[in-house]
Amino acid sequence: MIYLDNAATSFPKPQETIDSLNRFVTKIGGNPGRSGHSLSVEAARIVFDAREKLTEFIHGSDSERLIFTANGTDSLNLAMLGLLNQGDHVITTSMEHNSVMRPLMFLMKQGGVELSVVQCDPYGCLDIDKLIRTIRKNTRAVVINHGSNVIGSTQPIDTIKEAIGDIILIVDACQTIGSLPIEIEKDNIDIICFSCHKSLYALQGLGALYIRKGLELTPLKFGGTGSKSESLEHPDFLPDKYECGTPNTPGIASLFGGLSFIENEGLTKISQRKRALRDRVFRGFSDLDRITVYGDNGKNSILPVISFNIEGKLPSEVGYILNQQEIYVRVGLQCSPMAHKTIGTFPRGTVRVSPGYFTSDEDIDIFLEAVKKIAQQ
Amino acid sequence: MHNNNYYIILFYTIHDVLRAEKVLKQHNIPHELVPVPRNLSSDCGMCVKLYDDINNALLLCSKIDIAGCYNSEGKELKEIKSI
Repeated sequence: MIYLDNAATSFPKPQETIDSLNRFVTKIGGNPGRSGHSLSVEAARIVFDAREKLTEFIHGSDSERLIFTANGTDSLNLAMLGLLNQGDHVITTSMEHNSVMRPLMFLMKQGGVELSVVQCDPYGCLDIDKLIRTIRKNTRAVVINHGSNVIGSTQPIDTIKEAIGDIILIVDACQTIGSLPIEIEKDNIDIICFSCHKSLYALQGLGALYIRKGLELTPLKFGGTGSKSESLEHPDFLPDKYECGTPNTPGIASLFGGLSFIENEGLTKISQRKRALRDRVFRGFSDLDRITVYGDNGKNSILPVISFNIEGKLPSEVGYILNQQEIYVRVGLQCSPMAHKTIGTFPRGTVRVSPGYFTSDEDIDIFLEAVKKIAQQ
Repeated sequence: MHNNNYYIILFYTIHDVLRAEKVLKQHNIPHELVPVPRNLSSDCGMCVKLYDDINNALLLCSKIDIAGCYNSEGKELKEIKSI
């Protein structure tokens, strides 16, 4: 079996993830912060420790501003719906995932929010001058996809923030967190949103966002927090303001393990390995006929997320044949129709191959050989 | 052996209780996490209990929002307005 769908969810998970999850499920299991007994307190410690560790990982200064959510989409919904009001203008790019586009379309159609989409070039690059020209007096936020889930292209977050000044920068870092170093305060990111089940090696069903100091959002969910229980009104202190109901403690425990794994291996080593795998796929493709690879081959597309097509074959056919050989890739639009319009592959889509840290060179070679055979058929 | 004189520090969130626990542990200040006494708050959460070093503890927790600090002197817990 060769798993090359790490841009959707990383698999396998490191031993640290499994051990941390196992400890929670078999030895703790309590509801965090809800009761006075030891198992509840220990569960709360797991949540606390993971929150602190994740905050440190992104170089945040205050862990109470790190909010756990259900996934990257949930984080982005809180950031955009919690920030934008009627009359506000928001700018985004043509490389966004539907987790950005759909909430923004909702806000535009039903929330009275003005939306501008800046067209990127076919390699996913954003023209920052064009972005600046799109700014209006009422521009409240710019929402940027840090790394494309289609072609692995990245955007220069620090340069963008410098260009937009006081306008709030919301970054979708689902593909970059755990693959590239992120320093939210150095890069002046106002809100960063991401999932934890990709390159942070947690279970599915966990996301997070970090909101910079001084910025407050309108919560989208209200309910039990284990705090201020005598009050019928939702608390306004962090992190409880944005978190309610029983959290995904098994997921959070697994995240702690995933972050420990990254710490033990070193992010630099992980990034270099992913880059090497990406280069190996690109090099292999360059030797093959009838293959079109999208993106700019390493200049801006530096993530291990590569989209390609085989002449005369539908992506679904290619995916089907690879699946028969137990090689798992993702085909189609990857929930990013606008990005595909940008790179010229809409509505057909692409075959996306996304190796992970545990992918071997041999896995890539077997995959390339399989693609070669399909192209020859 | 502990005497009957103890202090209770209340926080707004379990997150802050655990922040306090972390900093108190780092500075070797003996403390316990106990359920919030019902006569102080109807909250179902936890709070910090300690027997001495209250000034030092409050100093170490100065960056954390404290909801209240109480002393058991006598039979009733009394709020300490300032230390």
